Amino acid sequence: MSATPTTTTRAEYCVIACAEAWRDDGEVLAGPMGLIPSIGARLARCTFSPDLLLTDGEAMIVGADGSAEGWLPYRRHLTMVTGGRRHVMMGASQLDRFGNQNISCIGAWEQPDRQLLGVRGAPVNTLNNPVSYWVPKHSKRVFVEKVDMICGVGYDSAAAAGPSATRYHRIPRVVSDLGVFDFETADRAMRLAGVHPGVTVEEVLEATGFPLALPDKVPFTREPTDTELRLIRTVLDPEGRREREVPAA
Amino acid sequence: MTDKTMTPEDVVSRLRSGMTLGIGGWGSRRKPMALVRALLRSDITDLTVISYGGPDVGLLAAAGRIRTLVAAFATLDSIPLEPHFRAARQRGAFELREIDEAMFMWGLHAAANRLPFLPVRSGLGSDVMRVNPGLKTVTSPYEDGETFVAVPALRMDAALVHLNRADRLGNGQYLGPDPYFDDLFCEAADSAYVSCERLVDDFATAAPQTLLVSRHAVTGVVEAPNGAHFTSCVPDYGRDEPFQKLYATTPWAEFAERFLSGDEKAYWSAVESWHEEQQ
Repeated sequence: MSATPTTTTRAEYCVIACAEAWRDDGEVLAGPMGLIPSIGARLARCTFSPDLLLTDGEAMIVGADGSAEGWLPYRRHLTMVTGGRRHVMMGASQLDRFGNQNISCIGAWEQPDRQLLGVRGAPVNTLNNPVSYWVPKHSKRVFVEKVDMICGVGYDSAAAAGPSATRYHRIPRVVSDLGVFDFETADRAMRLAGVHPGVTVEEVLEATGFPLALPDKVPFTREPTDTELRLIRTVLDPEGRREREVPAA
Repeated sequence: MTDKTMTPEDVVSRLRSGMTLGIGGWGSRRKPMALVRALLRSDITDLTVISYGGPDVGLLAAAGRIRTLVAAFATLDSIPLEPHFRAARQRGAFELREIDEAMFMWGLHAAANRLPFLPVRSGLGSDVMRVNPGLKTVTSPYEDGETFVAVPALRMDAALVHLNRADRLGNGQYLGPDPYFDDLFCEAADSAYVSCERLVDDFATAAPQTLLVSRHAVTGVVEAPNGAHFTSCVPDYGRDEPFQKLYATTPWAEFAERFLSGDEKAYWSAVESWHEEQQ
């Protein structure tokens, strides 16, 4: 690693933006997928959301220091999902303007150009507990007009499927390496809720494959506090792995 | 009491082409790989495979044994995408019935409970409904009147699972942190075969909740040390990451020629000599 940066890096703003997803969530399981969301969830747990539950990525619920406090094998994890006591931040190979997400395949499902993971738990997640998304490299390949396979259910798809689909459906936020997005618009289309310092609105619009709703004034992702920065750099990610997931712009 | 011990070959002799086969474990974890390798040595094909998919799916797909796969994913965990599953999908080599992890679990529950389906709040609004046009919905008969997906039972002809310990009667114990769904696989199948790291005489000192699989749901028991290789079987052993990487990066024909052309003993001698070459 090079010398510790003296100013906040893009990766660190991403950590803050991810951590903020779990603010005021109370006693629910944070389900981060990916490195920066994992650091963000632990940061939230260590600071402003002390009631959060964390997992070790396997079958245990762990405290901020990694010590076990509960058992969570896959079968119980699925109950946590459908019981609603969970807020997951999933990845997305494709994401569209109403928050439909694809991790299954690219191209025609019948015989895909590129087979990816499969739908995994995205359909059940999105109908039962809040689901946010993390995209480490914002591009038109990810932010598409229409996803090839709806795995995570977006607002338009949930509405079309009826009350059983919309009852617990919520996509609080999308975080990318460029900014933060939400669906706080009349038609539930994606809105640019904020940009990370160093990013321009034009840059975000240019990298997005559909028109984004814009607020009157686009705020910047907040600065980390001194305590948060110290936690990120010395406790949660001392090897600086975050800088490899989101390199300095 | 019936001694149910048998060899992997005995297990395979009870399987037939065209069967619906459930495979336990999850991703690249505690997969009954010795039994899958025995299956690969047979000429059994045209299978409907039900699996939380890992290299079991990759191996059977690459060898052309799968007609239909019922799965929510296939992954090698530390290597996110299963390369042979991917390749087979991209050449349209088998039919996929893609359902999600929860629908899969309730399908197992339905089968184990002899129900035709169970309702789930999942699938609605997603393309799981588009790509599975046979999936139906049910309306709650109660005041809420909600609509749910009716997940059909995942009933199987046979299930294959791998556990840490078993006795000769078919009782099986897991020692790792996660049972996965291996008990349900056994109960959802007309016959179930448990391979294990080690046969034990009894479970007198076992923590009761580790006794996952009960003998009434088990047809045969196979002692297969390292039988989950190269997937993990913690705490007995972790995943063989270098070998898994080799599996994921070697052209299928070359991998099959070197490691799968002989019996299980030949597999092990090939694995050991490969590891020695890496020193």
